[in-house]
Order: sequence, then structure tokens, then C-alpha cells
Amino acid sequence: MLLKELSEARGVSGNEAAIRDIILNAVKGQVDEYRIDALGNLICLQKARRQAQGERSPRKVMVAAHMDEVGFVITGINGDGTLRFGKVGGIDDRILPSKQVLIGQESVPGVIGYRPIHLIPRAERERAVDTSKAAIDIGATSKGGAEKLVKLGDYATFRTAFEVLDESGLRTVKGKALDDRVGCAVLVELLKGDYAFDLYAAFTAQEEAGLRGARVAAYATNPEVAFVLEGTVCDDLPKKKDLSPVTEVGKGPVITFMDRSFVADRRLVKLLVDTAKRLGIPYQFKQGTVGGTDAGAIHLTREGVPSAAVSVPVRYIHAPVSLLSLIDLDYTVRLMRETLHTLEGGLES
Amino acid sequence: MKELIKKLVEAYGPSGYEVPVRDLIADIVRESVDELRTDSLGNLIALKKGTGGGKRIMIAAHMDEIGLIVTYVDKKGFLRFGTVGGVLPLATIGSRVRFASGAIGVIGWEKWLQPSSERPSLEELFLDVGAIPGNQLPVGVGDVASFDRPFVDMGQRLVAKAMDDRIGCAVAAQALLDLGATPNDIYFVFTTQEEVGLRGALVSAFGVEPEVGVAIDVTKTGDTPEAHPMAVELSGGPAIKVMDSDVLVHPGVKNWMIKTAQGLGIKYQLEVLEFGGTDTAAMQRSRGGIPAGCLSIPCRYIHTPSEMVDYGDVQGAVKLLGEMLSKPVEI
Amino acid sequence: MEVIQLLRDLSQASGVSGYEEPVRVVARKAFEPYGDALHTDALGNLIALKKGTRAEGARERSIMLAAHMDEIGLMVTGFEQGFIRFARVGGVDIRTILGQEVVVHGTRPLPGIIGSRPPHVLGPEEYEKPVPLDKLFIDVGLTAEQVKDLVQVGDLITMRRDFLELAEGYVSGKAFDDRTGVASLALTLEALSATRHEWDVYAVATTQEEVGLRGAITSAYGVAPNIAIAVDVGFGMQQGVGETESIAMDSGPAIAKGPSIHPLMHERLVALAKDNELPHQVEILPGASGTDAWAIQVAREGIPTALLSIPLRYMHTSVETVCVKDVQRTARLMSLFIATLTEDFAAKLGL
Repeated sequence: MLLKELSEARGVSGNEAAIRDIILNAVKGQVDEYRIDALGNLICLQKARRQAQGERSPRKVMVAAHMDEVGFVITGINGDGTLRFGKVGGIDDRILPSKQVLIGQESVPGVIGYRPIHLIPRAERERAVDTSKAAIDIGATSKGGAEKLVKLGDYATFRTAFEVLDESGLRTVKGKALDDRVGCAVLVELLKGDYAFDLYAAFTAQEEAGLRGARVAAYATNPEVAFVLEGTVCDDLPKKKDLSPVTEVGKGPVITFMDRSFVADRRLVKLLVDTAKRLGIPYQFKQGTVGGTDAGAIHLTREGVPSAAVSVPVRYIHAPVSLLSLIDLDYTVRLMRETLHTLEGGLES
Repeated sequence: MKELIKKLVEAYGPSGYEVPVRDLIADIVRESVDELRTDSLGNLIALKKGTGGGKRIMIAAHMDEIGLIVTYVDKKGFLRFGTVGGVLPLATIGSRVRFASGAIGVIGWEKWLQPSSERPSLEELFLDVGAIPGNQLPVGVGDVASFDRPFVDMGQRLVAKAMDDRIGCAVAAQALLDLGATPNDIYFVFTTQEEVGLRGALVSAFGVEPEVGVAIDVTKTGDTPEAHPMAVELSGGPAIKVMDSDVLVHPGVKNWMIKTAQGLGIKYQLEVLEFGGTDTAAMQRSRGGIPAGCLSIPCRYIHTPSEMVDYGDVQGAVKLLGEMLSKPVEI
Repeated sequence: MEVIQLLRDLSQASGVSGYEEPVRVVARKAFEPYGDALHTDALGNLIALKKGTRAEGARERSIMLAAHMDEIGLMVTGFEQGFIRFARVGGVDIRTILGQEVVVHGTRPLPGIIGSRPPHVLGPEEYEKPVPLDKLFIDVGLTAEQVKDLVQVGDLITMRRDFLELAEGYVSGKAFDDRTGVASLALTLEALSATRHEWDVYAVATTQEEVGLRGAITSAYGVAPNIAIAVDVGFGMQQGVGETESIAMDSGPAIAKGPSIHPLMHERLVALAKDNELPHQVEILPGASGTDAWAIQVAREGIPTALLSIPLRYMHTSVETVCVKDVQRTARLMSLFIATLTEDFAAKLGL
């Protein structure tokens, strides 16, 4: 399964090569041109496969999904052979203790340990874990020993296997980096369609570090309309108070009105909703304004680009293991493909 | 059975001072057992011999209830006290307590209206036995009292002090009275001092040396408005314990109980109690170890003067216990 | 026997306190080739007897070795909208299980995740506090109906963690506390099968240590040995734990000394280690050791007991880390001790 390959591949912001290779291999027959730019974006062009019906169709549409995942970078090596690290992207410190990681090109295994509960005074247990001195243990017992295996600047990812949890019901899967390898998987699927405009599939780099790849990719591409595909916040765990889950697993692709990075173009939102309703595709609105996506960078490019974001709900993003439903993934592909077809009719002004 | 329960819960018997309860139970079971004895810690051990070929089973239900012990008499005749077992200071305020002699005391606390009232500590509470200056006090240092509250029959629900664990004693006693022929030798042990450390069960288990032990005690529920999440509720049937603070029930004993309940077609629940221990643990670690389990009666407001159980759950427990004891034990 | 494979098999097996059967199977396979008789007692302790070769008319003497098979874990307490609520079994630090993968042992093993809320929805005050137990749920990715069919209250939950081989002879995995101890017992039995020893050896993989030394209490009573050595893990030097609170890694077992340890047992272990140039350290325990040794010492009329600790980092997390050589050194010390036991020592102890 492509999603499995993508999830298990390792690509922290700034080091997305492995992901890029998998995607290139997957889209080989479908794209006419591609290039890898200075930031590591993989920008693929699928020229219009047919004539548009009518003149209002856009000629250049960009769809983006980011390749990078949150992770760590090695910032120092302690005298005892353990490694100091910095976080790349937003990770809740409270999940760090007791996790396995893989470091560098050679995937050197390591663990982020924690102090034994027995040695932690009662009062301290009432507070969140103190990770100021957290270190990765790779078994090396000296600086020299560690330097034989890793170097400063090496990237580390969580060590998590992809697995299908439920074949028949919710069709759930678990793995790391589903934000946004699921977006990449959807985009690869979309390239199997045929559109009446030039489709620029931008597999962006460094989204987690500040939407940096998307910015330059959009500037270079200069599209008329853009869609961003994401794996988005899903907070549907039971809560004492009746608060928004933001999105829910199994309820279909998520359409965003607004998040911290942009206000979605209302016409595109309407197009998505109308398409979904017309074809009986389940969908949900993002019930919240949290988070940001590449659309935040893209919509402000040059003179502005009308943009929208469509996402698959993912539980536990930015944590070692996340979860989504393949049902949501399939519906997202369908909704996007049909919406792109409908886009040929043009956008109202 | 409600008469039996009423008699038991209203009897006086804080930990270490269980004699009135023991006498009561002894009178109830005397004619129905083959042997009856009291050991050095006051446990009442009643043996019903089996027809042979079965197992040596110990049933433990504790007779003691929590209480207060007078530690000091102040110059104005107010008494300070210590707790006997897990008494929650907050649950005692305004309560009445009764001493062995029948004397009544009221628990007082003065800080009601202070804006920064925190939970009362033991030192802030005191006992008022209605002392008149100049008159002899009806009680003194070392006297022990239990909560004083009558039994209330609400129909389906029953409320009293000391449901923990007189309801267990009632279930055990009723099962004893109902028991017909059985291959098993059954020691019904009405234990002492459970509330202060499972002490009666510890020594009685060493003496009885059973092959299987089953305690009968109360357990919490998760069915009040903001309860700590717990899957046990009143009217859900008797509960079969999986784990409490002091014991992981022997899987074989747990499964035997579940199978028996399923075979009888009665409602039952599985219980995980995160805070609280029972005689089960004392039996489990006796000598070389004993497979032990616990039949629990769901109970709200444990360790307050108004503990509430469901009569349906109680009757279910009697039925289940009876069936368990009258057949061969499969662990 | 291949140590790393043994450690892997023991570590990967499921065996939360009270439900040790899968580990017992692995331990049994490891002990069986070298024991004369194996049995399981009422609390599930696995007891392997390896008889010594006594001179004609010599007194029966026995030593019990104890290492616990149980691991800390979780237990299902309820359900909510298809998510699973749980309680702890043993000293799990709930602050270290956020984002942890688990296995829920229902009618079949179900992979699950202890889920965390995304940082995007959390306010800054949230980060100061640990996520409390009643806000933690296990997600097995199924609908509420599916979960009700497959899981019930009381089912056990184990941490799901691969065994990792790290650099320089270190390995990491779950339940090294105290599966490394159990491994050292197997290695000891193996060494003794090639050595002559007079005293009978009872190697006991105990149960329910993590919840109160319960297996040790009853197995010591049942076995009633003359002397005993418990093997558990000790706080290995690691980030955030000072020299004064820990023992060194890759420096051999720590031989405990203190009121709960019989001084002559301690003395003899240290002397043997020194004479045989076996790396070792000494650890002073003023109070309770928190190990099976504490319970064994006061069984029946009292048993002269010693404690060996294998240095281990990140205790009670799912990434416990040890130096494999330390496990082997611990076994070596025990087999030396046993091989040289004579009636003289019994006399010294006043037995």
C-alpha cells in the first residue's frame, strides 16, 4: 500500500528526499514534467488531457500536499554518549518520554528515556514531565562512540510501523506522519485522472517549519486556483464537556472555512460542498479554526491565489503514532477529483 | 432476608470490638453448622461439612465496621478521638455515634462559615456526649463508637450504616442457611479487623488452610453524577472482582464465578476497584498462597453513615454464592 | 543459550501482574532443559528444582533464586464511544504513556494507541500539567459495537514495544524489569548443568512482584529454602539521575548491603566476585529494597537473603535499557556462589 510506504519512510522538514523518491516512483507514468527546486519541493506537471468545455476554466491549477513530518534534529553529543536534540515542528513535550526513534541516513535506533517513577518526588508527579534534559540513548557510552554512528545535524524520526487495524468496519490504519503522507497519497491518486487544465501537483517541503516550501512553489508556479490536501486535527476523544471535536473519523473529507493561516475562498468552499451534495459524498466542516496549512502561504503569493483546503481527519497528529480511516481517504479522493472536473466551469467572480 | 440485614447492620461492632455482631451471627447459624468456634482474634469460624470429594473452601465476610476511639477528654468535657479504620473526617460532621454502652455522641466542627474553609482535619473535630459540668461522663479514653443510623428499606434500595460489610455477612449467613448437600467442606468465616488491615482474615486463613477462598464485601459504583469512571452500578447484579488495590483475583477463581453466574442466567458485573482492599488479599498470600476471589455487593457512599445497596443485587449474590458452593469447584 | 534471543523472547511476551501465563511459557522453555522438576504453585510462580549432588548422609540444603516475571501494565475499566478507559496495574507513570502503542488482550489481541490531543487545540496552561488518567483513552480504531464484542472490563493491556539492539552491547525493550532477572536465572541453571554443586537450587520466576511482592511471599513459604538470592533491576546511571542515586552501567551487578540483606551472604558474594575478577558494585540499602528480597527475608522463621541488581536505565518505561554483559555477569556470580556452597556456610549462618 502506498500509504504504508509513505508513512514508514523518513523525512523530517528539510530532509524529504526519501519521500520524494517514493512519490516519483509512484507517479512515473502520470506526469509530463517534474522538477525539484531549491527547497526540495517536488513540483509535477500533468498537462491538460483534454479541451475544457467553455472558456471560463482555469488554465493552471495547483494542488499541494506536504512531504515533511515533525521530528528531531541532533544538536549535541553528551560526554556519556547520549544525544541532545531539538524539535522540528510542533511536538507536545509530554509525549517525548519512553519513545523509540531512528536517526540519520542509516536509521540508527535510539530511545528517549525518562527518570524512573520511583525517584520522582510526589509533588513533581503532579506536574507535566520535565524534558529540558531529555536525551536520545543509542547505546554509545562515550562521545567518541556516538560520533562513530551519528553526527550533529542528523535528523531523527519516531520509529513507528504502519498497520491496518480494521479491514472491514471503519477501515482504520495507524502509522506515523499521516499528517501529511495521506495528503500525498490522495494527490498521487488524483494524478490518475484527466483534467481540462494543467495540473501542478506540488509535493511540498518544510510545511511544518513554517509553510516554507509552498511559498516558493506557488511563486514559481503562479496558479489561478489552489487546493491544499492535509491530514488534519481530529479531537473526537470523549470529553467531559460538550466541546467541538474539530473533525471526526469516519465522517468524510473535511472542508475548512478558516484556520489560523487563511480564510478559504468562499467560492471554492461552495464548489466543494455542491459537488459533494450532488454526488452524495459524505463531508464535514472543520469545526474550529485551529492549525495552519500550505494554503496560508499559497493564497498570499504574488497577487493572491483563491485557495481551499480539503483534509482527511487524523487522530493524534504530531505524535509518534496517528490514526485515520481509509473510508475518509477514499471519499477525499473522490470529492477532489469531481471538484476538479467541476472547476472547468470556472469560478464566479 | 431484609430482617436479617436490619439486625446485622444495626448491631454495634467496630474493629477489635466485634463481640455483639459475633454473638448475633452465632445465634443465627448455630443450628445449621457442624462446628462453630472462635479463634484468638475473635473470628467466628463456622464449618459446614460436605459429603466428600470436594474442596476445602473459605468464605470470608468481615463483621467489623469503621468507628472512632476516644483519645482525650478536655476540660469542658468535649472528647477528641482517633479513627478506627478508614473514617473520612468530612463524612462524620453532624453525625451521631453510639458507644458499646449505648451512650450517644454528636460530632462537632466549628469552621462552617469561615470563607476559606478547607476540608476538616481530625484535630478540628470533637465529640460531644452531652456532658454537664460536674456530672460523670458516660464514656472515657479508650471507648470506641460506631455510626448510629437506623436501617431504611426503600423497597428496591436499602440504606444503613455498616453495609460494609454486614451486607456481606448477611449474604454469607443466608447462603449458609440455604445450603443443602454439597461435596465441599465450607468454612464460613466471619472475620474481624478487616478495616484496620485485613487482620482477622490473615490469621483465620492460616488456621483454616483452605484450597480456595472467596471474600464477600462491598465495592464502589460509578453511577452517581460525577463519579470516578467505573463500570459497576446498582441493579447491575452482584459484581465479580477482577482487581482491587491489594489483589489481582486468581483468573481461575474469577472464571469459575463467571461461568457459574452465566450458567444460572443471573445478571452480574465485572469489577475493577482502583482504591480499596478486601479480605481477598489476606487469603491469597496465606502460607504458600491460595487461589482467591471476591463476590462484591455494589454500594454507594461507602464509609459514610448512609451506605446504599440494591436488594436485587443482594439476592443475586446469595443465589450465585449458593450455586458456587453446592457444586464441585472448577478452577 | 543465545542471550539476546532469550531477552527478546522474555521481553516481548505478555505478562502483567496476575496474568503471567504467556511469560511463564517462555520461562518454562528456558528452565526446562536444566531442571529436574518444574511446577507452578497456586499464585502462578514457576518453580524449577535442580538437585545438587550431596555426599552420602549429608544434610539437605537448598537455595532459592527469585526473579519476577510480571510487568507493569494496564487493565480495562470501561468504555466510552468506542474508546477504552483503563486503570494501572503496578507503578506505571502515566506521564510516560501518552502516545504509547499498546495491545488490548480481549477475545483476540487488539493493537491500540493511548491517544493524545493535538497541540493545536491545547492552551499554554495545558502543557504545565500531565494529562490525568481520566482523560486518557485507548483507541483500537473500531466502532463502539465492535469494541463491546471483543473487549470486557478486567481485560489486560500491555505496552507494545519492539526489542531494539543498540550500540555497544546495549539492548532496549519493555519489561526488562525483571525479565532480565529471569534470563539471568536461566543462564545460571545452564552454567550449573556443567558444574558440580551440593545444594539443591530452586529457580523461581515469581509473579505479582510489581503489585506487592505477592508471588515471593507465597513461594518462599512454599519452597522454604535455607537461603535465597533475589535478582531484580537497579537504577542505572542515566540523564537526570545523579551518581548518588544510581549504579553504573556495564559494571556488573550491584550487590546490596543493609538491614534487609544478610551480611554473610553479602560478604560471600563480594568476595567471590573479587576473587574471580568479576565486575561488580556495592549498593547500600538503608530501607526497603522494593524487591522480592524484602518479602523473602521474613518468610516463615526468616531466610538469609541477598539481592543482586542489574543496572537498568529508564525503569518503568517501555524503553528500559540494559547492557547485555551485566545480565551475564549476574548469572556468573550466582553460579559461582552456588557451586561453592558447602555445609560450612550453613554452619556459619547458624542453620
